[in-house]
Formats: sequence, structure tokens, C-alpha cells
Amino acid sequence: MALASLAVVVPLVTAALLAGTTSLHARRVADVVALTAAAATAGLCLALVTRSSDHAIVAWLGGWRPRGGVALGIDLYAEPLSAGLAGFAALLTVAGLLVAWHQVDTAGHLFHALVLTFLAGMVGFCLSGDLFTAFVFFELMSVSAYALAGFRVEERAPVEGSLSFAVTNSIGSLMLLVGIALIYGRTGALNLAQIGAALGGHSPDALVAVAFALVTCGFFVKAAIVPFHFWMADAYAVAPTSICLLFAGAMSELGLYGVARVYWTAFAGPLGPHAEALRDVLLVLGLATALLGGVMCAAQRHLKRLAAFATVAHMGILLCGIALLSDAGLAGVAVFVVGDGLVKASLFVSVGALEHRRGSVDEAALYGRGRELKALGTVFAIAGLALAALPPFGPFLGRAMIEDAATKEGLGWIAPILVVASALVGGGVLRVVRTVFLGRGAVPPRHPACREAVAEETDLARGRTPSPTIATGTTLLVLGLAWGLVPGLIDAATHAAARFTDHAGYAASVLRGTAASAPAPAGEAPTAAAWLYGLASGVLAVAFALLRTMPEGPLRALHSGRIGDYVAWTAVGAAAIASVFALTLA
Amino acid sequence: MSLLAYLVAVWLFVVGIYGVVTSRHLVHLVMCLSVAQASTYVLLLGIGYRKGGQAPIFGDIPTSTPVVDPVVQALALTDVVVGATVSALLLALAVQAHKRFGSVDPDELNALRG
Repeated sequence: MALASLAVVVPLVTAALLAGTTSLHARRVADVVALTAAAATAGLCLALVTRSSDHAIVAWLGGWRPRGGVALGIDLYAEPLSAGLAGFAALLTVAGLLVAWHQVDTAGHLFHALVLTFLAGMVGFCLSGDLFTAFVFFELMSVSAYALAGFRVEERAPVEGSLSFAVTNSIGSLMLLVGIALIYGRTGALNLAQIGAALGGHSPDALVAVAFALVTCGFFVKAAIVPFHFWMADAYAVAPTSICLLFAGAMSELGLYGVARVYWTAFAGPLGPHAEALRDVLLVLGLATALLGGVMCAAQRHLKRLAAFATVAHMGILLCGIALLSDAGLAGVAVFVVGDGLVKASLFVSVGALEHRRGSVDEAALYGRGRELKALGTVFAIAGLALAALPPFGPFLGRAMIEDAATKEGLGWIAPILVVASALVGGGVLRVVRTVFLGRGAVPPRHPACREAVAEETDLARGRTPSPTIATGTTLLVLGLAWGLVPGLIDAATHAAARFTDHAGYAASVLRGTAASAPAPAGEAPTAAAWLYGLASGVLAVAFALLRTMPEGPLRALHSGRIGDYVAWTAVGAAAIASVFALTLA
Repeated sequence: MSLLAYLVAVWLFVVGIYGVVTSRHLVHLVMCLSVAQASTYVLLLGIGYRKGGQAPIFGDIPTSTPVVDPVVQALALTDVVVGATVSALLLALAVQAHKRFGSVDPDELNALRG
């Protein structure tokens, strides 16, 4: 019972302690305390995963249990998928803190305090069973993220990146809150299970459809789904390396987790009859995001922006998996989140190491200057192939499960599109290997955003990479590769996904405290077609990497860097999605 | 009464977003964001309003008195705190932007493109 609360309390209290003792300037003590707290949080979340494997853990804060099937209190709800995602965020936090071991500027202990607050927000959001509590944790996570993105505030780019990050995401939070208010107005409930019970049995009207659209759009801003994705490259390009890997590996995924959680607990009942229409809308958004992210990734010359657009592309693939609205699709999403998150985190660490060694993140300025960095080049090459979903690594297994689930739903045509998106991402990373580490082929044009000198992020001389960074980057990559080979993973993920999508079981365990009888469907290993798709995207990625330039069309001009443009796209996108939902779902 | 509250909420949201999109001054932009945020306060309080309801404080009124919904008031209060945090952070960033770029026009921040 107390485990779930502790997983939120431990990082939050440690953050307060560190912030309170910041004047002591005991840097290594702060490092160790923060690492211990993050590791303890990871341990608590993993304990929640094992303990909830049979039936979900519901912790009612202050003992305010539901009376007669009506929930008035606030609950934390842990099941393997939600606790697993929280644990994954905590593990990446450990990795981020290790990378920050040699970071020059931590403003006393305040950097550590912010990181742990960020973690507490993420864990609380994953475990919350109450919509408004989830919103508050979401905001806690967001505000810490704005501050962390702009942490190097004495430079120009971080100030600008953090500003566009904070403004666009605040608009997203406003939409989320308006959606929550409308839902409360209709149902008189904030508990997700209670909302589901109140909405169930009625056919949805325009108000419910618009409220769902607003909540979805609010989460989509965080998940960087087209056309809400503009802020992401700006924020990731400026954040410290230690934070980038947390953003790309955990924070963006939490946006999609929010959509899945709210849909399956509260809206699956009323929107169930309209699942086809909902699936079409989400699929269109997911495919557009995957392709746009892939093209922009392959066209990038700024390495951190390249990795950021790789994240956008993979958010699109994940949304396609959720859009299938099936257990198998969600299981694929869960496997992809971890495998891809680990590999992408290692890519960000490698970009940070390259920046440290060569003082630039511009592909043109780095041309051929990585020839001596053989180990780093190897890491880049393996990460590129893994991101292209080459079998049998972690990202491949996740994407293969999504593709097979799509084929089962009669949507096999999306698989080739996902192949192209992955190949573009892998091709972008592999091209960096060709130009920077091998010094072969055409010299790329310089990127205007790279003109500024990169400030020193670590306290070591340029001659060597900090050893915690090497160890963390390598471990992340190895874990990401090995993730695809974990025995029994497919069955476990399918089982966990079936629990997550069990609308009635969730309501029963929250409102009536009855242990839901867990259906235990068997997972299916990737089919031959999925293996072929994986091989094809690996080959295609190598082909893309050999291209002289990537055609990008007018896409890059859309990413103007203007906050006003970003907010206008957000407003137009939200209005369009709300209109489509109101017309098709009501 | 309640329809008016909803119309005001929609108006505040739209006009706030319009201000953010067209703003030429970062402080003005943050204020516009606060205006949009204010729409959520009005919406929440409008949702919880009951005709003839009193403030939900049962110290000196009988428990049978009709009151407005206390839950939305708690939500609005939390929302105010969240909004203040975001505004404070954004204003601090605006000060930094002025120091680094010598301008508070969002269009003249040009370190990031494409």
C-alpha cells in the first residue's frame, strides 16, 4: 500500500532537502544523495511492478476509500505498465545524474533538486488514479522541465528554447485543464474510474467529445504530435545532455501514456462504439508525425536537433501503436518505449560526448574530425542501426509487435510507412557516422543555429571523455540492444497491456476493491513479415545515409523558431482535432 | 448567469491566445498567457455555481444550506498556484532574454531556426 506513495515522496522530500542545503556546496554529497534517491525510486517502482503482477495496487491517500462504489478520495493506482513506466523514468534519471557527474554548473544543489522534482512529477503522473491529481503532477513535471531546459541561462539559445518550450506547453496544459473542467462539469467526478462509470452507458455528446479532444490535445503537446511538435527540437537542442536523455526517453512518452490512460479508464465505455473513427484520426496524426519527424531528422545538420526529430518520429510510431486501440498494439508500444528510449538516451549521451571532445554539434564543422574517436563512432553506428529497427534489437521488437498488431486489425498498410520513418531516422544518424567519423562523401552545408560557440558543459579538459559518461552511454546502448532478446518479454508485455486496457477490471478494482480477474493472453513472436520489414528498414537506412542531401521541401521553413507561430499551429491543430472529434465521435 | 460565465471563459481563452500569437513584447506575452489562464478560473467557478448557493464554509451556516461546489474552488486555487509558478518562471526567462539578446521582442530571439 505505502509503496506507491513512497515512490512519489522519496524524490520529492530529497529534492526539498537538497534545495534547502544548497548553500553548503557539498557537490559530491549532493550527487550521491540524488543518485541514491533516484535509484531508490526506481527500486520502489520495480517492486510495484512485481507486487502488482497479479492484481493492481490501489492506495487511497488519507484512507478516503470509496463508499458504496462512489470514489470521493484520491487514489494512486499501480499496475505493471504504469509502475514500469515510472520505474523506467527513474532509471533514466539515474543515468542522467551519472552523466551530470562532471557537469560544471549545477547552481549548488539546485540542479539535483530540480531533477528529483522532475522525477517526482513523472512518477506521480504515472501512478495517479485521479484526473486532477494527474494534472498537478503533470504541471510539476512540466515546470521543472522548463527550468532544466533553460538551465544554462547565461547563453542565448537556452533562454530562447526554454521560452518557446514553456509557452507552448503552458497552452497545452490550459487545454488539458479546460478538458478536465468540462469532464467534471458533466460527471461531477475527477477519479478516472468514477468518470468512466458516470460516462458509461450513455452515448457521447458533443461536450464529451470536445472534452476528450481537449485532454488529448493537451497531452499531444507534451508528446510532440504534429502540429504540436515545433517546440521540441528547440528545447532538446539547448538542454544539458543529462536532461536531454530524460526528455527524450521518458517525458515525451508520458504525454502518450496520458492519452492511453485516460482513454482506457474513462472514455473507452462511451467512445467504444466510435472506436473506428477515433482510430482513423489517431492513425493520421501518428503517421504524419512519424514521417515529418523522419524527414526533418534526416535533413538536420545540428546533431542535438537531429536526435530531437528522431524522438518526434518515434512518437509518431508510438501513437500509431496506441491508435490500434488493441492489447497487442499497446504491448508493442510498451516494448518500443523502453527499447527505443534506452537507445535514444545513449545517442544523446554520445552527442554530448562528441560535443565535449570537439566543441561543436554542427555536422559541417565536425566533418572528418571524429576519425580518431573510433569507440564513439561505433556507438553512433550501432545506435543508428538500432534506431532504424534492425533486428533483433529492442526498437525492432517493439515496432514488429506494432506492425503485427496492425496487420491483425487489417491495417497492414501502415507497416511500410513506419519502415520509411524508422529508416529516415536511422539514415540521419548513420550519415553522421559517414561524415563525422569516416570523413567520406559530400561536405554538408553549415547550420545557421550552430554558429554560436558551445560553452563547456563539463569540468574536464577536451582531451578525454568523463568516465561516468562513457559507462552510462555504453550501458544504455547495451541494455537497449539486449531488450529485444529478453525471454518472456512479449508474453509479459501482452499480459500487462491486456490489464491496462481492461476497462471494467480497472473500475472494479478502484471502486469496489475487487481484484480483477486478469485475462492472460499469450503474446506472439514477430512474424516473418515483421522480420523482413526490420531488415528492409536497416538496408533503407544505410541507403539514406549515403545520399548527398535529403530532400526536405518547405518543411524546414515551417520550423521558424517564432513562439507566435508555434502557438498559432497549436491553436489551429487543437481546433481542427476538436471539430473532427465533435463531428465523428458524438 | 451560467451561460454568461461560459461565454466570458471562451472569450478570455481566445483573446489570450490571440495576444500570445501576435505579441511583440515578452512581458506582454506572459500577461496574455495569464489572461488565457484566467479563462480556466472562470470556467471552473462557472461549473460549480449554484443559484442562491453560499460560500461552502460550514462554520456559521447550517449544513443544510445550499452552497456552491467546493471542489472547483479547490481546483481553481491549485490552478492559480500553478499559473503563478509558470508566470514567474517565464518572467525570469524574459529578464534573461533581455540581458542576452538586448531585446524583449520574441521575433528578435533568433538563436534557433529550422
